[in-house]
Amino acid sequence: MSATVSAERPTVLVDITPGSREMRKRERRRKLVRGSIVAACLAYLTVVLLAPLVGIFLSAFSKGLPTIAETLTSPDVEHAFLITFQITVVTLLVTTAFGLVTAWVLVRHRFLGRRIMNALVELPLAMSPVTVGLACVLLFGRGGWFEPWFTARGIQIMWALPSMVLVTTFICIPFVIRSVAPVLEEVGTEEEDAARTLGASTMQTLFRVILPNIRWGLFYGIALTTARAIGEIGAVLLVSGMLKGKTETATIYVFTAFEERLDTQGYIVALTLAFISIVMLGVIEFSKRRKIREVAG
Amino acid sequence: MTTRPAIRVQNLTKRFGDFVAVDDVTFEAAEGKITALLGPSGSGKSTVLRMIAGLETPTSGRIWMEEEETTYKSVQERRVGFVFQHYALFRHMTVAQNVAFGLAVRKESKAEQEKRVKELLELVQLGPYGDRYPDQLSGGQRQRVALARALAPRPRVLLLDEPFGALDARVRQDLRHWLDDLHRELGVTSLFVTHDQEEALELAHEVVVMHEGGIEQMGSPAQIYNEPETAFVAGFIGSANVLHGRVASGHVQFGEHRVAGADHLAEGEPARAYVRPHDVRLSAEGNGGSVEATVERITTLGWLSRVTLRLDDGQTIAAELPSDELEGVEVGSTVRLDMRRAKAFSLPEASEPEPDEVVGVESGIPAA
Repeated sequence: MSATVSAERPTVLVDITPGSREMRKRERRRKLVRGSIVAACLAYLTVVLLAPLVGIFLSAFSKGLPTIAETLTSPDVEHAFLITFQITVVTLLVTTAFGLVTAWVLVRHRFLGRRIMNALVELPLAMSPVTVGLACVLLFGRGGWFEPWFTARGIQIMWALPSMVLVTTFICIPFVIRSVAPVLEEVGTEEEDAARTLGASTMQTLFRVILPNIRWGLFYGIALTTARAIGEIGAVLLVSGMLKGKTETATIYVFTAFEERLDTQGYIVALTLAFISIVMLGVIEFSKRRKIREVAG
Repeated sequence: MTTRPAIRVQNLTKRFGDFVAVDDVTFEAAEGKITALLGPSGSGKSTVLRMIAGLETPTSGRIWMEEEETTYKSVQERRVGFVFQHYALFRHMTVAQNVAFGLAVRKESKAEQEKRVKELLELVQLGPYGDRYPDQLSGGQRQRVALARALAPRPRVLLLDEPFGALDARVRQDLRHWLDDLHRELGVTSLFVTHDQEEALELAHEVVVMHEGGIEQMGSPAQIYNEPETAFVAGFIGSANVLHGRVASGHVQFGEHRVAGADHLAEGEPARAYVRPHDVRLSAEGNGGSVEATVERITTLGWLSRVTLRLDDGQTIAAELPSDELEGVEVGSTVRLDMRRAKAFSLPEASEPEPDEVVGVESGIPAA
């Protein structure tokens, strides 16, 4: 008997050679601990993440497919998605263009106030969307700083698309910058220098060398921006005025549906949004992996 | 082949804030030749190269290429081929696309591009690698692709910034020979930056030695090696013993001994004499030279032996000689030294590299 536990003798001999009974026991215990941690995580994620999704799914289908088709083709819902789409597209265009330039400036130039600018870029991530909406009201609402100027020219900012785009853009500013900057940093300037010595113009260098090099980082930023722009409600709600069929986004539709006792319709739109999110998640995961490879390569 | 300058640089200066990276540099690179800009890191040599390429703007000074002033020309207009230390290949393009880049941005026809790419890949012996991506190649192969890419648009001059710096010793040696052959074949004016004196002496027809932003000396490798004009060059190129002393009637005097060659220095001034280990002749008999020394150590490296000697004033120097000439020389014996080829420099001039007693002996056999 190799593993002997004797009451008379104080020395305890334990066989810890690989494959021995003691080692197999320890291995089992280790596996059990590891397994229970994994199980706990899974249970947590199931309850917190999956359960709501299943709930929405079941509720949306509770009145059958015809109701789903009817809801999704109703003018209010279609218009809400149209507004969401418009806000998302404009936000994407603005944050991508300015995000690229800002990332470029932050990475490639050393200037006074660069660090402050670097920190400021992340402000929207730290701020509550409601605060953003409120700030917008203060600036453009009745009696706001900029309100007279626009009113005098007959331009409606508040309770209309412009203010909704404005707050969404503000909130989405960091995503492209934060996902492009590290890639740009990593790629360095040598390839740009090489392109120029080979006769490439600034535009040729941008489109043939820089953008291909940072494409996955940029894509990742665009995916994050899209997901956030579609999902944003707090700030948009505050500045939209919630005018049905006019300034109602898909998220606001879900929000108001319950007040109007249109629960099922609310679930259906919510499920559609969830579906879009899952697709975006796939895109984000995919581009993140490519981005990591880009940085590593 | 004529030797009119393909590159001419006049009073070139570059300041970064208060720091003077390049200080009033003037030199020429002859057409069809290889010129080396040699210096320790921080000597401003890469900045000079980048200014010639147009990647850096000079604070003052002028640059000509083939008689045409390019000081204010854009990088693209200068038509230089530039090879970077870390290759700088376009990572998302294949080898062939990399080589074709300079032709593609100049809107050359597809047929012409293909022809030239094939030609150049053959030239750099990477014919079958056109479809690979840079990260599938070794360092030496990548640098060859970089070279092919730089040559593809037929540049007026080829500028190479530490082209072998990122490669390991073995590959570096191979690539150096290969580049030498390639240059014989193409004859393109080349200017390369290096901190490796052996590389400069082996590859270049002309060497420009830089130190602290300025030029120390220009000349053929033999001139640079055999007739250093400054203490820096004497200490930086090859290995050298340094003897500290004072000028006395045209000699550097240390202890009871002296070496000649200090006619240009003021009497009584502190001075250093530089002498290469293989220029120290020693003889066991009493009539071999003017300086007396005691043998402290003998190290034999095959055919070559290094003898460490102590002079009567306490300074040590190293001598290198063929092992079969060691007759009568043994540890503890007194020998006489002939250091006729010593070069004397006044002390203030003798700045970096700070030579304590023996400089660069660890670099082994000097590149002659």
